[in-house]
Amino acid sequence: MASPMKYKPAGNFSWLVSTIYIIFLLLPIYWLINMSFKENAEITGTFSLWPQNPTLRNYTVIFTDPSWYSGYINSIIYVVMNTVISVLAALPAAYAFSRYRFLGDKHLFFWLLTNRMAPPAVFALPFFQLYSAFGLIDTHIAVALAHCLFNVPLAVWILEGFMSGVPKEIDETAYIDGYSFPRFFVRIFMPLIASGIGVAAFFCFMFSWVELLLARTLTTTAAKPISAIMTRTVSAAGMDWGVLAAAGVLTIVPGALVIYFVRNYIAKGFALGRV
Amino acid sequence: MEKTWNNKAWFLVLPVLLLVAFSAVIPLMTVVNYSVQDTFGNNEFFWAGTDWFDDMLHSDRFWEALQRNLLFSFIILALEIPLGIFIALNMPKKGIGVPVCLVLMALPLLIPWNVVGTIWQVFGRVDIGLLGHTLWALGIDYNYVRDPIDAWITVIIMDVWHWTSLVVLLCYAGLVSIPDAYYQAAKIDGASRWSVFRYIQLPKMKRVLLIAVLLRFMDSFMIYTEPFVVTGGGPGNSTTFLSIDLVKMAVGQFDLGPAAAMSIIYFLIILLLSWVFYTVMTSSDANQ
Repeated sequence: MASPMKYKPAGNFSWLVSTIYIIFLLLPIYWLINMSFKENAEITGTFSLWPQNPTLRNYTVIFTDPSWYSGYINSIIYVVMNTVISVLAALPAAYAFSRYRFLGDKHLFFWLLTNRMAPPAVFALPFFQLYSAFGLIDTHIAVALAHCLFNVPLAVWILEGFMSGVPKEIDETAYIDGYSFPRFFVRIFMPLIASGIGVAAFFCFMFSWVELLLARTLTTTAAKPISAIMTRTVSAAGMDWGVLAAAGVLTIVPGALVIYFVRNYIAKGFALGRV
Repeated sequence: MEKTWNNKAWFLVLPVLLLVAFSAVIPLMTVVNYSVQDTFGNNEFFWAGTDWFDDMLHSDRFWEALQRNLLFSFIILALEIPLGIFIALNMPKKGIGVPVCLVLMALPLLIPWNVVGTIWQVFGRVDIGLLGHTLWALGIDYNYVRDPIDAWITVIIMDVWHWTSLVVLLCYAGLVSIPDAYYQAAKIDGASRWSVFRYIQLPKMKRVLLIAVLLRFMDSFMIYTEPFVVTGGGPGNSTTFLSIDLVKMAVGQFDLGPAAAMSIIYFLIILLLSWVFYTVMTSSDANQ
């Protein structure tokens, strides 16, 4: 009898498909990294597949010039603010959606989804005017609040998916044991869905990190994100390609670091908690 | 799960409501306000009724951007969905290859969108980019700055590069949820490779595929940053999609009325799509 058949991918060349795809994905990234270690003269003058005279000059420029590195600090500040706000607000709401039926619940859930799907371009101008009226332009909190537009619905959806996987008997037993709702929620329930909270936080972090349009519209100097600083360099004549490449590489690093921790949940997150 | 009826649950939803009201409802009302008024400066506004909507629905510029965007979304789906399924089917199912594939494939998803644009802007340049230079060395006349077709190809390949992994990850999640017993039964029956795909794998992937199709459609329908960085909407208007056009109108030319009317039409299209998405998702939730 043959050994129990593990599902065998098509033929013996299956590894080749993944490999070719991954090479296709990594080539442009490699090219950026390659450029970030070159002098500008080498980038524009000669065509080389790897740096002939590797230099750290481009990275030095970024780490010593406040107008560059403050961009990273600004980005990280509003991304973290947004992640904290989104997850904290979404936790009780997701619990309500996963445990109770209430007046208008389905409409509310749908309305939240439409915000995740709303084109940021529609909101760019009104956001600018609204936050001007409140004197919030060019502050980190403005960007953090604006990104709640798509991150809060996302967090609610993901958390609701994870919470629905926890049997309701656990809640009931805890209430019989005399737990109050807040104590039960923090002490018992949150540890149970810890991975879900992690995934929701990761996705909030990610979508806030990659967004540019709103972040750029709402900031001028003091809270300008790194991505906006980069576009300004792109439009300037006499490009500093090396620094641009180094700045790009540095924006990839945070994502590359955290992705390992959520590798098994990333599909679930994209499916809004529904795989 | 059996849910109890409890209207006090509203209190739990309240923080989200306040937050989203501030970040969605109020801005949207501003847009509605602009879409029915006209101004000659000095903060004086005049009632314009539905004039802007009339203008917009009869403007070639809007219809052309809409057509371009629909064509773009269609091409994206036609390329990314089959490619994503194909790659997911060929991914390793156990061993060290799994985490390596998952992490490397997810990498493009986490790159800021304008950096994605920058990467491809550089990569495609004839003078300093690997892709552009290689094509040039092969004698192919490729220049995404001058040639609209080349610009389209670049933007499409960029999107395939950026988002196919999403389809792969979703399909992969669907595939690994299939119990081994299904494959054993198929083997006993002597099922061909194709019928295993057609009758076991595809039905099991249906749900995640639906999510993938709808997410990819909607996200490509509001694409802004990546083509903006690479082509700036050009050459000419050849890669000016709806969002790019809208931002040009609202922030660039400060045509508040028409831009607001266009926003609302745009938003209604998205609303319709979201409704389809929601109905499909909840009905497949119910079927499970």
